[in-house]
Amino acid sequence: MSSKETIGSVMIVGGGIGGIQSALDLANSGYYVYMVEKSPSIGGKMAQLDKTFPTNDCSMCIMSPKLVELGRHINIELLTLSEITEVNGEPGNFEVTVFEKARYVDMEKCIACGACTEKCPKKVEDVYNEKLVKRKAIYALYPQAVPLKYSIDPANCIKLTKDKCGNCEKECPADAILFDDTDKTHDLNVGSIILAPGFKAHDPSGNPYYAYDNNPDVVTSLEFERLLSASGPNQGHLIRPSDHKEPDKVAWFQCVGSRDINNCNNSHCSAVCCMYAIKQAIIAKEHDPSLECTIFYMDMRTHGKGFENCYNEAKDKYGIKFVRCRVHSVFSEGEKGTVIDYFDEAKGVVVRDNYDIIVLSVGIEIDAETRDLTKKLEIELTDGNFVKTDTFNPVSTSRKGIYVCGALQGPKDIPQTVIEAGAAALVSGSALSSTRNTLTKKMLIPEEIDIRGDRPRIGVFVCHCGINISSVIDVAAVRDFAKDLPFVEYVEDNLYSCSQDTQELISTQIREKGLNRIVVAACTPRTHDPLFQETLVEASLNKYLFEMVNIRNHGSWVHKDFPAEATQKSKDLVRMAVAKVAQLEPLKEEVLEIHQDALVIGGGISGITSAKALSEQGYKVTLLEKSENLGGNANLIHKTANGQDVALHLDQMKDSVYEDNNIEILTGAELKNVDGFVGNFTSTIDTNGNKKSIQHGVTIIATGALEYKPNEYLYGEDDRILTGLELDQKFKENAPFLAESKVAVFIQCVGSRNNERPFCSRICCSHSVLSALSLKEKNPGMKIFVLYRDIRTYGEKENLYKEAREKGIVFIRYGINDKPVVKKEKDILSVVVTDHVLQRKLNIQTDLITLASAIAPNNNDKLGKFFKIPVNDEGFFAEAHVKLAPSDFATDGVFLCGLAHYPKPIDESIAQAQAAASSATRLLSRKTINTIGTTAKVNSSYCSSCGSCIEICPYNAPDFITEGNFEGLSEINPLLCKGCGACAASCRSGAIYLRGFEEFQIMEMIENV
Amino acid sequence: MSSFEPKIITFLCNWCSYGAADLAGVSRFQYPPNMRVIRVPCSGRISPKMILASLRKGADGVWISGCHPGDCHYIEGNYYARRKFTLIKQLLEFNGIEPGRLNFSWISSAEGVKFADVAKEVIEEVTKLGPAKYLIKSCAEV
Repeated sequence: MSSKETIGSVMIVGGGIGGIQSALDLANSGYYVYMVEKSPSIGGKMAQLDKTFPTNDCSMCIMSPKLVELGRHINIELLTLSEITEVNGEPGNFEVTVFEKARYVDMEKCIACGACTEKCPKKVEDVYNEKLVKRKAIYALYPQAVPLKYSIDPANCIKLTKDKCGNCEKECPADAILFDDTDKTHDLNVGSIILAPGFKAHDPSGNPYYAYDNNPDVVTSLEFERLLSASGPNQGHLIRPSDHKEPDKVAWFQCVGSRDINNCNNSHCSAVCCMYAIKQAIIAKEHDPSLECTIFYMDMRTHGKGFENCYNEAKDKYGIKFVRCRVHSVFSEGEKGTVIDYFDEAKGVVVRDNYDIIVLSVGIEIDAETRDLTKKLEIELTDGNFVKTDTFNPVSTSRKGIYVCGALQGPKDIPQTVIEAGAAALVSGSALSSTRNTLTKKMLIPEEIDIRGDRPRIGVFVCHCGINISSVIDVAAVRDFAKDLPFVEYVEDNLYSCSQDTQELISTQIREKGLNRIVVAACTPRTHDPLFQETLVEASLNKYLFEMVNIRNHGSWVHKDFPAEATQKSKDLVRMAVAKVAQLEPLKEEVLEIHQDALVIGGGISGITSAKALSEQGYKVTLLEKSENLGGNANLIHKTANGQDVALHLDQMKDSVYEDNNIEILTGAELKNVDGFVGNFTSTIDTNGNKKSIQHGVTIIATGALEYKPNEYLYGEDDRILTGLELDQKFKENAPFLAESKVAVFIQCVGSRNNERPFCSRICCSHSVLSALSLKEKNPGMKIFVLYRDIRTYGEKENLYKEAREKGIVFIRYGINDKPVVKKEKDILSVVVTDHVLQRKLNIQTDLITLASAIAPNNNDKLGKFFKIPVNDEGFFAEAHVKLAPSDFATDGVFLCGLAHYPKPIDESIAQAQAAASSATRLLSRKTINTIGTTAKVNSSYCSSCGSCIEICPYNAPDFITEGNFEGLSEINPLLCKGCGACAASCRSGAIYLRGFEEFQIMEMIENV
Repeated sequence: MSSFEPKIITFLCNWCSYGAADLAGVSRFQYPPNMRVIRVPCSGRISPKMILASLRKGADGVWISGCHPGDCHYIEGNYYARRKFTLIKQLLEFNGIEPGRLNFSWISSAEGVKFADVAKEVIEEVTKLGPAKYLIKSCAEV
């Protein structure tokens, strides 16, 4: 019995990509969020990255929309330069003390013009750029930072340390410098806490072998990332740090600070370094195709979706060299640069070579500060200092009410972090579901004035941006020029158009002067459109009657030496905008009710988890399973990587859904047809011959995958040759022959990483190692051989691999061109394999052969067509974005989890099932959705039924009308249209127009250049 | 004609190249003030008609920039754009328009330097060509 009331808010510690995702999920599903970030801006490690693997998307580009959304969210309170000092209370009602360091800059006033930084005389090492360059003592963390507010580094500021200087205060046009700012403490009440503080990259300094301390050309991978980045110290121009020469040869050393208990105490695999090294090598190659790139590694661990393909491309297309060797040491040799010795396995000799740059692929570890925090919160850690979680509750810490996601839970990449962030949001919110929407704020929207048919009355507001614009551009001249343009009724120049008082001015003028269209000439619409549109809405004007002119980023900032021409350019741009805005019409956003029921397809462990997660929040769920039993592949698994019994937990999970009145379970069921779209799906389900139709607002795809049945290694010809899951079955039955076997052989990559199935099945290495250990437990004298290509026991599963070797299990590597051969002569089974150390063939007589068989996708084509969701080349469903939306589809209202996405172990499947449920909750809890107003529309009288728009649209928005007067003509569903305009530009008949960017509107701009 | 200052109509997609231009600003990378930017949701929104209209209405050059192939915010809009632009460029060149009048590029929102560099190149190219006259309907010179 809880004595205190439950609080409808969640605190998130850490503003990296994990924290950001959790915060947005929670704030968008009815909870108030406090985000506590220790640095001056959010973004974390991802903000430092140049590109992200395996697609080489620009990291900042994909991340910044999330940063902006978070920064503007009315239900997220951002506490920067802050840390948790104390947590009291109980789950549902924690009292948290937060310590906030002084920023010395007034966040309300700072306009991020950068004038202070320019005049600051004190240079400090730039942490964001990994100390490769200097920044100033007053600074913004990085150009796209959120909040984009400057802060003073008190340890280095001359004013704060010596009471001299004070330049920034003199320069600041907004009067934002607060030298007398003080540290503060906040006492906050929250219902749940999510820990997402991220990791620290291993610091190789102090280690004499890598010469990192004294050789500037030995860099860490994060430093190299900054060297590659267009926003880095050399604008992406790759140079050798010691002499700024372009490098000819670059080497990567893998496992620096990972899988290493000699130089440091990190026995875990960091799970991301192999992929990021490949990514960096590819990007470096793209910078300079003649560059020679070599990656020195122990095992290539490319176990994620699309990773193996990227690895193959690196070898075949980019010619990147991969050498299997842990390089012992680095030394400098006079003029020759940086020299290394390594062992060439193929030739069996030690080779000496020199490189221009050596990149140390540093691993993930948890820093002392974070460890202290977990200690203070009384949270249990693993031996590797990661938070201890169990397979079936992958984001719950040992303390109830406190959850974890991201690298603190275990080393992982961005998609897995995003998945866990969704899971943490779901479980932390679910615990507070009775308080949903109790603390969140809502914007009140006044009724809109109908201006259709009225003569345009345009207001033009020109911004000085302090002196950012007016120091180059003659703002008064631009304002006066605008006055004489057609339909302009009111002009004004403002010191800051974005400030609160200007918003009030715009609002007043709209009312008093009857303005019905607004132009603001200031900075960029990419960040400021929403702000001004909000002002329009508050003044009862349709938000689409607005146009921004960018005279700062595209004007004063880039034409410093051409004031007259820049002023002329600004006038031209204002004229173009006025011409366009006069032609704009109010646009309507369709409001769509969201049906509150959910359909979960697939009754395996993922489907069960999703269904239960949604039901716990009060939503009704239909759980559809094609076989007669729930549980899927989990029915066949013996135990998890951390030794938990699967059957025991699975039975509990099954019982919980069977007993749940909110969940209707349909077994022996098949989906026959799907109509509709987000919020309003109608699905026809055939249950053993009985058809029925159900309505649902969201769909979760959890259709799983299958164990591949091998057609090699004599599989099926002898009872002693089993697949990985068949061996698990024997364990479950406690089959006596297991303990009686004297020799057992595991063959890895059966059906994976080949031409037919080029991907890595991710779980087989850990599974085989685990099974091998279980066999050893049954019969310690058993000789066990694992024949592998690369051992991929990523993350903390590396400890299993270590344990296996310690227990005498023999690991023999084989090559794809020299696969093991299984023989059966009389009744004797044997495996012939070439030993990589001895360089000779071994003949192993064995009693048991386990084939670590691939995970093969189901045939997903039909389901793909029903929901208009794509399937990738490998047969798995293709998510909306490999990094930041791993559980969503480009089709709204449909979500993805489990093996249908990609092979993964149970803990990751459960996390993704919870993440998919979190995405679904985000949508369901809104009850209605607004579409965008700038959608395309067909003018039926011009349409010639050619079907080009239907062919072109990536979102399936256009379709032929099937009945009535307009039968056969095209029509665009505004709920599906995303407003790209590809159809409008491609329509042969000029029948399609894109609202807000109509052809005559753009032509009007061209006319007025 | 050393004082000739061309006007170049620049179509930028909202998600990548417009962002690059913003970043060039934030980073203060300088380029001459000859661009007149029209922001569009996607390079796929731009129809050949708009290119023709620009040249007809007195722009001396047209520059279109979108996301890198594969990076399109709308999945594949820039591929459609690329196909269309290749055709219209060939057609215009066939009709006697100098190749340098019409320029395309793919710039991501992290490539501020590239934006400024390409801007300079395009301006230089068009300045060299002098005023566009080919498609302009004008009164007889008196």
